[in-house]
Amino acid sequence: MTTALILLPLAGAMLVWVAPVARHLLGPLAFLVALTEVALWITALGRFDFSTGGLQLDQRTSWFGDLSVSYHVGLYGFSLWLAGLTTVVAAAAIGYACWARRERPRAYFGLMLFLLGATVGVFTAQDLLVFYVFFEAMLIPLYVLVGVWGGPRRVAATVKLIVYTMAGSLLMLASIVVFGLSQGTFDLVESGVSENDWVFLGFAVAFAVKAPLFPFHGWLVDAYRQAPPELAALLSGVISKAAVFGFIRIAIAKFPGPADDFQVTILALAAFGLVYGSLLAFRAPDLRGVIAYSSLAQMSLITMGLFAFSDLGADGAILQAIAHGLVSASLFLLAATIERRTSTGEFAHLGGMARGRPALATVLITTGIIALAVPGSAAFAGEFLILAGVYSVGWGWAVVGATGILLAAMYMLRLISAVLHERGGRAVPSAALDLRPAELALIVPLIACLLALSAWPAAITAHSFVTDVLK
Amino acid sequence: MIPTPNVDWLALSPVLALLGASGLALLGAVLLPGSIRRGFAALITGAGFVSAGILAGVVFGESETARTVIAESMVRDRLAALAQILIAGAGVLASMIAWGERRRAHGSEYYSLLAAAGAGMIFLVSASNLMTLFLGLEWFSICLYILCAMDSGRATSLEAGLKYLIIGSFGSALLLFGSALVYGATGELGLGSIAEAVSAQGLAGDELLLAGLALLITGLGFKASAAPFHMWTPDVYEGAPTTISGFMAAATKVVALVLTLRVLTVAFPEQEHLWTVAVAVLACASLAIGNLAALVQTNVKRLLAYSSVSHAGFMLIAIAAANELGGRALLYYLIPYGSMSLGAFAVVAARERELGRAATLDDLAGMGWERPFLGVAMWTFMLGFAGFPLTGGFVAKLYVFAAAYEAGWWWLIVVGVVATAVSLYYYLGVVRALYMRSPAAGLAVAGGSPPRDPWLLAAVGLALAVTVGSFFFVQPLIDVARDAVAALPL
Repeated sequence: MTTALILLPLAGAMLVWVAPVARHLLGPLAFLVALTEVALWITALGRFDFSTGGLQLDQRTSWFGDLSVSYHVGLYGFSLWLAGLTTVVAAAAIGYACWARRERPRAYFGLMLFLLGATVGVFTAQDLLVFYVFFEAMLIPLYVLVGVWGGPRRVAATVKLIVYTMAGSLLMLASIVVFGLSQGTFDLVESGVSENDWVFLGFAVAFAVKAPLFPFHGWLVDAYRQAPPELAALLSGVISKAAVFGFIRIAIAKFPGPADDFQVTILALAAFGLVYGSLLAFRAPDLRGVIAYSSLAQMSLITMGLFAFSDLGADGAILQAIAHGLVSASLFLLAATIERRTSTGEFAHLGGMARGRPALATVLITTGIIALAVPGSAAFAGEFLILAGVYSVGWGWAVVGATGILLAAMYMLRLISAVLHERGGRAVPSAALDLRPAELALIVPLIACLLALSAWPAAITAHSFVTDVLK
Repeated sequence: MIPTPNVDWLALSPVLALLGASGLALLGAVLLPGSIRRGFAALITGAGFVSAGILAGVVFGESETARTVIAESMVRDRLAALAQILIAGAGVLASMIAWGERRRAHGSEYYSLLAAAGAGMIFLVSASNLMTLFLGLEWFSICLYILCAMDSGRATSLEAGLKYLIIGSFGSALLLFGSALVYGATGELGLGSIAEAVSAQGLAGDELLLAGLALLITGLGFKASAAPFHMWTPDVYEGAPTTISGFMAAATKVVALVLTLRVLTVAFPEQEHLWTVAVAVLACASLAIGNLAALVQTNVKRLLAYSSVSHAGFMLIAIAAANELGGRALLYYLIPYGSMSLGAFAVVAARERELGRAATLDDLAGMGWERPFLGVAMWTFMLGFAGFPLTGGFVAKLYVFAAAYEAGWWWLIVVGVVATAVSLYYYLGVVRALYMRSPAAGLAVAGGSPPRDPWLLAAVGLALAVTVGSFFFVQPLIDVARDAVAALPL
């Protein structure tokens, strides 16, 4: 079942690459595969036994025995939710790309499906090498997708993205070799815990780059600004969550001692990143800049929750990861629709778009309100739990966290008013249409998921079973 | 009557198959009409490499225990047999790639020399004394000197041949000198006998022996193009016919590194504490120089040449580990490395044939979109060289690092990781050229549509299959490598 979740998009990618199908049908074909993937995930959700938790639907086959490496995949509660986030956001992203008619569709949609498969693989990996393989496999399509279909300064963005990510990944590879050989197995379920600070740091840096945490966020803004918008949605909404999975499943679960030693350092970096990212988001001159820096802030907040080492913090972090994934993806897709109408994301040229465009205004405001964690929203529940978690570490952390949430309200309201309200921007032609039904059909489901989580946050907090791996 | 040694014909059969092919191809040049000479030679050479590979496979199956044959001049074991299979595989691919060169003059001689070089390499990896070692080394080197200079119309080809001849001979001379010193110290030529003599006569710290060992490592370092003995590599790879560059990158590495492993572990086990350090230093130098120099290359063949220097560094790490896992790592590494090298040179060859001149990175611009199959293949080879997953290059690096860790050389892992990070820049630079640059205005295909070259495409396809397949089917390959390494006293 889990293998099917990984293989379906990969097989779909192969199909898109080689099938003799007319070019204009490739996008719909990829979208169909992505929707099937969502359906498959719903089936997995149905098969998952929430009364027991633990590792479920797992599959294991020996890969090479002399180093005890096996292809081992399976789902914990939180993996299931992260995989679900991946399938849903990827379906919306591929749908959007299909609607926006990207050039060279064969390569584009194949790579998007490949990226989807690799990302699901990361969230389900139960062997360190399998994890690394999928972690790296995500990077290959990302590199090309940004480098070929990105904005005007895409090459510089890809170089930064690759340099940062690979520096982290290679440190992780060295750590994996040392950890796996010293444990005698690379299997995450079988291996014990390690007390080696250096090995822990190798993993922690890799995940800190992926998240990103301050000061490893240098690649973030360029990548989010230059990537095609639906890819930016995937990148900030889903792929950054690989860091969340890595922190939980490897850095904290396998290195309780070192994680404890570095708790204050990481909390401090995350707290700083939260405030710093929020302030930058408040100052950013364009749509994507705000979303990118808010992503930095939110990922920092999630990391704070994880490193609170309490059930509250961890459950809150998972809920917040899912909520932020959906929010961020919706915002990037909305940014795409706005850029499509005005050819710019600069606030200086935007404004007054609410007039005559009720659907756009409603959807953007709803997403924005959830993003700024208004009480009753999923983001509020997540942030509340995270704050409660870090409060048990020290009240100061909770104060910084609360400041960050306050700043979130500032930058989100600024974004909303700069786009929708104020005087009509120069770049906004009066003929620019409201959201089309196709666009609504892609964004509204994401928001519906958010509203559902707002109504029932316990769907995730009570069913993520993070403690299964943190025993 | 002179007593003749008992000859193990099976052990010799891969060599004989290729020598036969070489001779037949040469005869064809004289006896056959001009129109079919080249086809005949190509067919015979390809068949020679295939049968050599099959015979080596038979030897592998029949040689569970290692033994020396023909008066201890050769050894028949699975290590040699596996290396022979790899060389034969490289030869098959090289024969396929060479077909599209459409060489008018000396077509038969070209193939004949290729087969002869393969025969020399196959002979060399089973050498078990210093005389056969030198003989085999010169045998294949002389063939390669001529092959490098074969395109006598191009100045760079002549330059390549001459440089390789002079520097290669220098390396051979050092190796010969080292052999003489070792013989002088121990009175023995056989690799195993040297080790026995050293322990029997208490020669472990003998200056003559150590000087000989140092010179042997140097000589082998020249052939493996390990820094600082790599100076010939970029010029030769750039100037030689592209097929030959690919064949050298793949097969010469197999020979030189397998031989280094065999000589050091079999003949010098008591000096392990010395040669491991020396090899580790060579590895670091190769990684540093290979990767840094590759960063600034514009000619793709020179870039691949420096990349091969850096990969020699990775494989030397496995040798420096001097453990069973290191041996396995080396033999596994050679499989994806060889196929990626030949595949990458084949893609370069395809572009050169299209443009009618040497290919720079700028000349690759847009090739990924024009020729999707070659583009994807080149992309995969580059990612494989950089050690990305979904290619055997990843597993190979993993094994090398694991071997270094097991030997306690954790700093070699750090060096390897840093080198890999640096290498990303130029490997991805090739990918960037293939897909992310638009071709320059004057970059028109020389003869209109690209030349039809099904054999080259098939060779690239095979190389691609091995590169990716070795990632998924690690276990069988590692089992074979383990059997092969069992022949060594590790």
